[in-house]
Amino acid sequence: MQERIYMDNSATTRTDPAVVEAMIPYFTDQYAVASSQFSHTPGIQAREALDQARAIIAGTMHADPESVVFTSGGTESNNLALKGTAWAFRGKKDHLIVSKTVHNSVLHSAQWLEKQGFRVTYADVDDQGFVDPDDIAGLLTDQTFLVSVQHANHETGTLQDIGAISDRCRKKEVLFHVDACRTLTMIELDLGTIPADLVSVSSHLVHGPKGVGALYIRPDTKIQKWQHGGYHEFDRRAGTENVAGAVGFGKAVELTKPEHTEAVRDMQKDLLDGLMSGIEGTVLNGAADLSRRHPGNVNVSFNRIEGESVVLHLDMKGISVITGSACFSRSLEPSYVMMAMGFTHERAHGSIRFTLSRFNRPDEIDRVVESSREVVEALRRISPLK
Amino acid sequence: MSIPYTQKVLDHFMHPHNVGKLENADAQATEGSPACGDMVKVYLKVNPSGYRIEDIKFESYGCASNIATGSIITDLAKNKTLEEAKQINWKTANDELGGLPPVKVHCAVLAVDALRTAIENYEHQHGLLKEQVPTTEDLIMKRLSRVINPLAGLDVVRTKLVRECKINNGQAVVFVEMPEDHQFAVNIKNEIIERIEPLWDIDGVNVIFRGE
Repeated sequence: MQERIYMDNSATTRTDPAVVEAMIPYFTDQYAVASSQFSHTPGIQAREALDQARAIIAGTMHADPESVVFTSGGTESNNLALKGTAWAFRGKKDHLIVSKTVHNSVLHSAQWLEKQGFRVTYADVDDQGFVDPDDIAGLLTDQTFLVSVQHANHETGTLQDIGAISDRCRKKEVLFHVDACRTLTMIELDLGTIPADLVSVSSHLVHGPKGVGALYIRPDTKIQKWQHGGYHEFDRRAGTENVAGAVGFGKAVELTKPEHTEAVRDMQKDLLDGLMSGIEGTVLNGAADLSRRHPGNVNVSFNRIEGESVVLHLDMKGISVITGSACFSRSLEPSYVMMAMGFTHERAHGSIRFTLSRFNRPDEIDRVVESSREVVEALRRISPLK
Repeated sequence: MSIPYTQKVLDHFMHPHNVGKLENADAQATEGSPACGDMVKVYLKVNPSGYRIEDIKFESYGCASNIATGSIITDLAKNKTLEEAKQINWKTANDELGGLPPVKVHCAVLAVDALRTAIENYEHQHGLLKEQVPTTEDLIMKRLSRVINPLAGLDVVRTKLVRECKINNGQAVVFVEMPEDHQFAVNIKNEIIERIEPLWDIDGVNVIFRGE
């Protein structure tokens, strides 16, 4: 059996061994609860470790450490951003805008808020998945309290123009939430230049452990506490802090270097070129301009064949990828991201997502292209569509 | 926990039997559509003395379950008489494969439907029907309710792409509310003809595009 090639890094990434190493002491020795400075020594040490991790994560966004709240992950961060602001504005403003292609944790939070009496506008995207900042500006009313978009889409890698959207929101004093789970460490988000009010980030997408994330909350942002209990995390999120997780998250961010992004970007270009030139009838899904696309995302549709079969064949060849096909999903619905981009069902069913990280190697690209070509040809031979 | 398919499903998926197009087929049928994510086409070669299936092939656009059931039912139908082959149902296919995941059972249903429709088409074309009921406009609409509108993922009747048809001296006319130069027009036309033409008393099918 050949070595497995993992190209599902938009789902989760390999935890860096150095991250695991950094976390271990917080299970075995320094397991005390991170507590106030008037507590016992181990508690104070745990607090210091937690705050050090917080400073690293805040630092990458040019934010104050006190504005970063640790959560259990991107999903919780997104839930807190939407529900927390909605509840803070309840009775005053009742309208929020989310793009149609946001992650389910934003989409389903918005749908739930609708059931609670809030009004939600689901902003359209174009056929490459872009939100038009002027569209957003046109949708803002004096009842709008929040706009939520993704920095990079999880399926197509399309990068939104968050600077322009932020400007439109700021003019109308509307809060702006960015789900940056997939771009943290890959694409810089400087909160000094792009003044987003809320930013969700996640550890396991940047080679940290699962089960930890964070929400940046700009000082003075109106937001209601959502998970109740103790006074943890500046009284914004109750629950014993996941010190080991936060330390791992901090370590993962600290290990990141700009050349990682460049290496991933080079592989992206080679993979995309290989698939497009090597396999006839292949179309790119998402941003065509690679500078407006997540450096690790390649999403293509192979015409005339269905994605689940491609995924299973590639799995047999030791390659891990996923598809936007209905056959693959638990709901038996094609990808809502693809459908929002106005694609036919057939194009969504034939879509395959390859997502790269710094743990992929350039020599893997040839094998993936060659295996994909073999699989596509075999499936096209038995397809009734010509 | 591993891949939710039995080894037999995987074997048929990786190395499907009886695949491809059968040249000079005596009958054929297509079920499903790319819009649904699954489509299967079955071709039959039938020996007229004894009406035994001499050869059978299938083509599939679909997931592993679709490909595996196409493979197994063509194995099962080969060398059977038409009457025997009609007895093959989705349960037979499912049992032979050692069980499909519940959400994938519809793939087996689709492949069996294609086999049955192909047999039915053969019977229409070779005077084997027990009762030769004249084709009505209702029956045509019923058959068309299996043709999928690729824009919606639902059938052309329900989505009102086809609202009307006429029968005149063995000529069926089907009106499609779509412009003739639409990207899906040719596909839809071919699918409609394939559905209606085999009917025993239909000599020709005229598909008229009249949409904006």
